[in-house]
This record gives sequence, C-alpha cells and structure tokens, in this order.
Amino acid sequence: MKRPLCLLLVLLAGCGDGSDADRAAPGTPRRLRLATTTSLDNSGLTSVLLPPFEERHGVRVDVIAVGTGRALQLGRNGDVDVLIVHHPEGEAEFVAAGFGVDRRPFMYNDFLILGPDGDPAGVRNARGVGAALAAVAAARKSFVSRGDDSGTHRKERALWKAAGVGPAGSWYLEAGQGMGATLMMADEKQAYVLSDRGTYLAFKDKIELVPLHQGDPALRNPYAIIAVNPARWQHVNDLDAMLLIGWVTSPEGQTIIGDFRLGGERLFVPDAVPETE
Amino acid sequence: MSAMDTLWSALEEAFRLIGAADAEVYGAAALSLGVSLAAVGLASLVGVPLGVAAGGSHFRLRPLILAILNTLMALPTVLIGLLLYVMLSRRGPAGALGLLYTPWAMVLGQFILAIPIVAALSAAAVQGADPRVIKSARTLGAGRLRTWLTLASETRLALFAAAAAAFGRVVGEVGISMMVGGNIRHYTRNLTTAIALETSKGEIALGIALGIVLMIIALGVNLAVQAFQQRSPLWRRSTRPAT
Repeated sequence: MKRPLCLLLVLLAGCGDGSDADRAAPGTPRRLRLATTTSLDNSGLTSVLLPPFEERHGVRVDVIAVGTGRALQLGRNGDVDVLIVHHPEGEAEFVAAGFGVDRRPFMYNDFLILGPDGDPAGVRNARGVGAALAAVAAARKSFVSRGDDSGTHRKERALWKAAGVGPAGSWYLEAGQGMGATLMMADEKQAYVLSDRGTYLAFKDKIELVPLHQGDPALRNPYAIIAVNPARWQHVNDLDAMLLIGWVTSPEGQTIIGDFRLGGERLFVPDAVPETE
Repeated sequence: MSAMDTLWSALEEAFRLIGAADAEVYGAAALSLGVSLAAVGLASLVGVPLGVAAGGSHFRLRPLILAILNTLMALPTVLIGLLLYVMLSRRGPAGALGLLYTPWAMVLGQFILAIPIVAALSAAAVQGADPRVIKSARTLGAGRLRTWLTLASETRLALFAAAAAAFGRVVGEVGISMMVGGNIRHYTRNLTTAIALETSKGEIALGIALGIVLMIIALGVNLAVQAFQQRSPLWRRSTRPAT
C-alpha cells in the first residue's frame, strides 16, 4: 500500500531504497512491470509463460503491450522494470547507453510475406526475400507497411535495404498502425504485407491474404529480455526483473515457449543459450 | 528527460514545425482542417433544420426525440468508426464504393459524429429563445416553416455556437480517422492520428507539438468565426434591442 506513495516520493525527492523494504514485506504482493510488444502479447504466449512464474515467486506481472519503440522509451524513462522486445540494434543501443542491463536473447519466431492468392507480382517463385520484395517494387503492386517505427517496421526497412530497393511511390502505403490493423488494410487493398507469424495466425480466418514467402533465415525475429538498469532508476523492481530473466531462460520456461501452439502451429523457437563465462 | 524538459522541447518543436513549413505537418494539418470543416458544414445543413424543427414545435414524441439526440451526443468515435468500417469494407454493403481508407470516409464518419451535436444544441438554442418570438410570428400569420425560420434567425448566434462546438469535437477525434482513414502517410494521416502514431513510437515531444499545432488551428477557426460575426451586418443587427 505504501508503494504508490513511495513512487510519488521518488518522483518528488527520491525516497531511495525505502522501496526495497516495502517489497520485502511479507503479504504485500509485489508487482513487476513488463513492457512488451503488442505482437507478443496478442499471441497469447504471455498468458501461459507468466502465470507459473507469478505463482512461484508471488509476483504480479503487469504487462504493458506497446510497440518496440515505445517499450524502449518506457524503459529509458524508468516507467517499467523489464522489457521483452525484438529489435537487436535498438536493444544494443539501449544497453550501450546504460538504460538496460543483462540482456538475454531467449527465443525467436519469424516473419512472412503475405499477399493475394493471385500473386500479381510473382513473389511465390522469387528466390529469397530480397528478390521477393524487389519483385513487388518492380511490379509496383500495393505493399502496406506498418510505418510506425515498430520492431516489425524496422525489420521491414532493413529487408528493403538489403534488397537494394528504396520503397517509394503510390504503391507503397505507410499505415502507421499496429500489425492487426495493417493486416486488415492490406487485405482490403489486396496488397502485399510483411507480418509476424503470431499476428498472421491470429488473423488467418479473418483475411483472404495467403503466405507467399517464408522460411528465409533473414526473416527471423529474435526476442530478448532486458532489465531496466537499477543504477539509473532506483525505484525499479530489479530483483524480480532478474527472476523473470532467469525464468524465461530456464529449461522450464524454454519448454513452455517451445510447446506453445497457436492454431495448431508452433510459434516460437526457444534459443536461450547458457552463459559461457 | 524530465517532464519539464519534455514540455519545453515540445513547445520548441511546435514552433519549429510551424516555422519550418514542414510538408508532412502541413499536409496533416490541412487534412484535419478540410475534413472537419466539410463534416461540420454538411452536418449543419442537416442538423440545424432538424434541431430547430424539434426544438421549435410541440408534438407528442418531442421529448423522446430530444432525449435520443442528447444520447447520440455520447456516441463513441471508435463505435462510429467500427460501424462505418463494417459498412465500407470490401465485404460490406457499401464496399463497392471504395471509400474505406480515403479522406471521404473520414468526412462521412465525422459528419455522423457532428449531426447529433449540432441538432441537440440547435434544439436547445431555440427552446431557450423568447417564447414571444413564436407567438408573435404566429400572430403575424406565419406558417410552421416561416416560424422556424424566424426562430433560427433570432437564435443564430447560438446556432453558430452549436456548429463551433461540433467542430471542436470532430477536429479532435482520433477513433474514426484512425479506423476508416487508416492513418496512411501523405494521404489520410491527420494531426490526431499523427499524434497517436508519434506516441506509439515514443516521440512524446513531437506528439505534444502536433497537439499544439491542432489547438492553434482550432483557435484560428474560432477567431475567424468571431470576426465573421462582428463584420457581417446580418450579425450586427442582433445586438439591437428586440423589436
């Protein structure tokens, strides 16, 4: 009960490590604020991965589902305790700037290119994702981009760059919205779109678009967990953040991730490696 | 960055955006202004006569109609957006029109949002008018339509205020614009959807700066309305004591 007051005091004057004592008090449910991406939260993995952790350690995890850019921002501002995001470059920057500690990659899923079944740009037969995107650009067929600086959007931009194409023109639509809304827009416009597999599976029955290109290693989507640096923000719940990092990288946590199915399909591949120090 | 720093940099950013004539910001601002003016203009054509008729006459269902109008003022924008989406979607009944994800869909949605506001406030305006207006009009042999016109003329300042209130509501809405406009860059991205986008990107200062631009536009519109009211002889006449 004292915690909100303490947070207020931290904001006003910095009440320091008094909050640690509160957290240790028995009977007070501790809270851990986790910022993660909407695509991960929408997949439903969080609702099977987190409850066993909450039960074992008596912690409540508050999931704040936002885009990767916003999640990193929340971490920078000390508004959350721990992050699960999927943008290696952004994460590296975040850690290098001293905002985060103990970054651990622990699983990946993948992206796929969806499009109309008729495939007017001939993406299906392209060799590699670069050639597939180049085919869309060459045919000037509609492509809907997230355009929101999310992890998926950043991935898409990197793929265009690797394909040697600067996407521009009336065929390239920047939606500036979440993955679900972007998929619906692409479906309405019968356009090509890059989607993460989780959101695609969740929307599979609502859209007519079909997967046209998948499996290229360049389409991997690696997830990492990062604790917000307690040296920068004294009020963050770093002990429970460390426990959560331990949980998702543990054999048990990794098994839950590997066993998770959505629409009968495996979504995430666990790949936490034991620390080699 | 502390909160104060964020606010300061937002303010700086706002004036930098305005001064730099940033094409993207001006495009979004022009879309916000154009769509909302069109929506309120159309809504006034429908809503003012509706409100004056409902407020200026007595019939059995009047309390019910007024209650419905007042309730519709609470229509959530996200619900209007959703219903319109279902109608305009490729698989919807009006899908063949190809309106989804165009500025026209945004106008249509904001039009629906504005009608109850214009109508309910117009009805309230004429209900609040001096009852002698109706009586004397009737005495002078005016028919029903003529009486309504007289009422509207007597309450024109309040009717203009109704349109201004509706403009305030629609220019600041984000649910409809996002859902049926789609926030497509250089096409259907207006100031409010741009704010939502910048917020999702963590660009807080830029988001607030765009909000300041929006408020400056709203101020400009309201000042223009005021200037129009004061200049036009039509308006000045109303300051004379009633005859």
